[in-house]
Amino acid sequence: MLTLIARRLLQVIPTLWVIATATFILLRLAPGGPFDTEKPVTPEIKAQIEAHYGLDKPLFFQYLDFLKNISKGDLGPSYQYAGWDVQEIIGQAFPVSLELGLWALLIALCIGLPIGIVAALYHGQRTESLLMALATSGICLPSFVIGPILLLVFALNLEWLNPLGWNHASDRLLPSLTLGIMYAAYIARLARGGMLETLQSTWIRTARSKGLSPSKVVIKHALRSALMPVVAYLGPASAGLISGSFVVETLFFIPGLGPFFVNAALNRDYPMVMGTVLFYAVLIIVFNLLVDLIQNWMQPRTNDD
Amino acid sequence: MGKRIRRNRMVRIGGLAFIIISIACLLGPLLSEHNYASQNLAMGAQPPSLEHWMGTDELGRDLLVRTLTGGRISIGVGFAATLVALLIGVSYGALAGYCSGRMDAVMMRIVDVIYALPFTMLVVVLTVTFDQKSIFLIFLAIGAVEWLTMARIVRGQTRTLRTQNFIDAARTSGASHWRILRLHIIPNLLGPVIIYGTLTVPAVILLESILSFLGLGIQPPQSSWGSLINEGADKLDIYPWLLIGPAIFFSITIFALNFLGDGLRDVLDPKESSSK
Repeated sequence: MLTLIARRLLQVIPTLWVIATATFILLRLAPGGPFDTEKPVTPEIKAQIEAHYGLDKPLFFQYLDFLKNISKGDLGPSYQYAGWDVQEIIGQAFPVSLELGLWALLIALCIGLPIGIVAALYHGQRTESLLMALATSGICLPSFVIGPILLLVFALNLEWLNPLGWNHASDRLLPSLTLGIMYAAYIARLARGGMLETLQSTWIRTARSKGLSPSKVVIKHALRSALMPVVAYLGPASAGLISGSFVVETLFFIPGLGPFFVNAALNRDYPMVMGTVLFYAVLIIVFNLLVDLIQNWMQPRTNDD
Repeated sequence: MGKRIRRNRMVRIGGLAFIIISIACLLGPLLSEHNYASQNLAMGAQPPSLEHWMGTDELGRDLLVRTLTGGRISIGVGFAATLVALLIGVSYGALAGYCSGRMDAVMMRIVDVIYALPFTMLVVVLTVTFDQKSIFLIFLAIGAVEWLTMARIVRGQTRTLRTQNFIDAARTSGASHWRILRLHIIPNLLGPVIIYGTLTVPAVILLESILSFLGLGIQPPQSSWGSLINEGADKLDIYPWLLIGPAIFFSITIFALNFLGDGLRDVLDPKESSSK
């Protein structure tokens, strides 16, 4: 367990270095600069602004400065939002994205797990094919399709919920559902697969032949091992929820980190883009580590390979 | 094998639906008298009618033709990026699995590192780098990051293959490593590669649509399904048909491809299908 954590932590630094370098290079290859405006600014003013942010130095020295700063945990000032540091923007916007992501994950688990497990219990019957067809159709309804439809029905036609904003508790429902549905579908498929495989194993046959009731066999014996594929999927799912939240935040006008990132990329706000990418990379690494630890705890014989 | 594939119901339904949509996208715009870019401002947005089956947008452009031309781009991007992903993924995975030992460990560590990247963010940065205008470069970029799972699957498969007798037989009869890889390993990887390839195409179409939805992908007057759905979502309260039409085309395509991939997995790889 401890070696796993140690080995992962050793991987963090090279990973982050690769990401930092790759985004730095890619952004500088992008045409246009952060202070190209539509209204022409006099060259002197532009030069002054660029000197202020250190953009007049040779590129390699800019890169070294950047590495030095991020190693101190300083992501630098945003170019686009003058007077704001990237950390401050992330600190303001990220909790909103996080809350959205967690609600979506919760919804996905609450819908996906029961569907998958029930489908596996009715293996080979009509109930199974019905539930799985439902799950497959969920995969084909990504957030930018299901979101507007939910908006149209529940916010604009029925007027039960607000179409946009993030102020009331009820504002959480539509965006989280929009984001969570696709993951619910994947989780249902994985849970079904895991359950089917487990139910065929010899120790489940043993439990059955001892005369345990079917529900007891499923809940006490099969569930833990059947959920392994779902737990393994939570790593990639968390990464997907982050990027998915960009769309949902744009769609429902939610003040999360997504719109800031997309705008920053469009406006060549270098520190903001690089800061957000690095921030999310750390987040994903930590989350993957957590998932591995949970897996280890649930099934000690899983090795790292 | 061919017969078993054709008899599978999921493969038949998925394949047929996808072929119909592809043909419609390819030929539809040629047969229609409307053009995807020609505007009719006086007419503006009209609901579906006999003249315009799916209605028109605010600039009076025929939505059906726009959806079909958009489909060419979405499907084209899906296939091109998948091809790139397959080429990189299969050669990388086969090499790592065949070499094994330290080389394999290093190669798979690299995959792990890239796997931990915030994937969509990287694609966003890549599209900015390529200035959004060259859709061709964008899908090359998407393909260049989509190959990781393929490499992992192929590596695992290769590792099982290389311990088998017929590989030993080839080696003892003097075949070179390159010859073994090319003639014995790669052809035996075909099943999983086809299955995973079929499932990669909808994933790429989805990614392209997300980019276009965020305004980072394809630029007007050209359209892809993502950008059309984005326009539709904007005008949802006044012109709902602008969303519904493209969304239906998009969803059916994704559904068909997923169905096809799952069906192929049932036929070609029965063991895998029970665990997924």
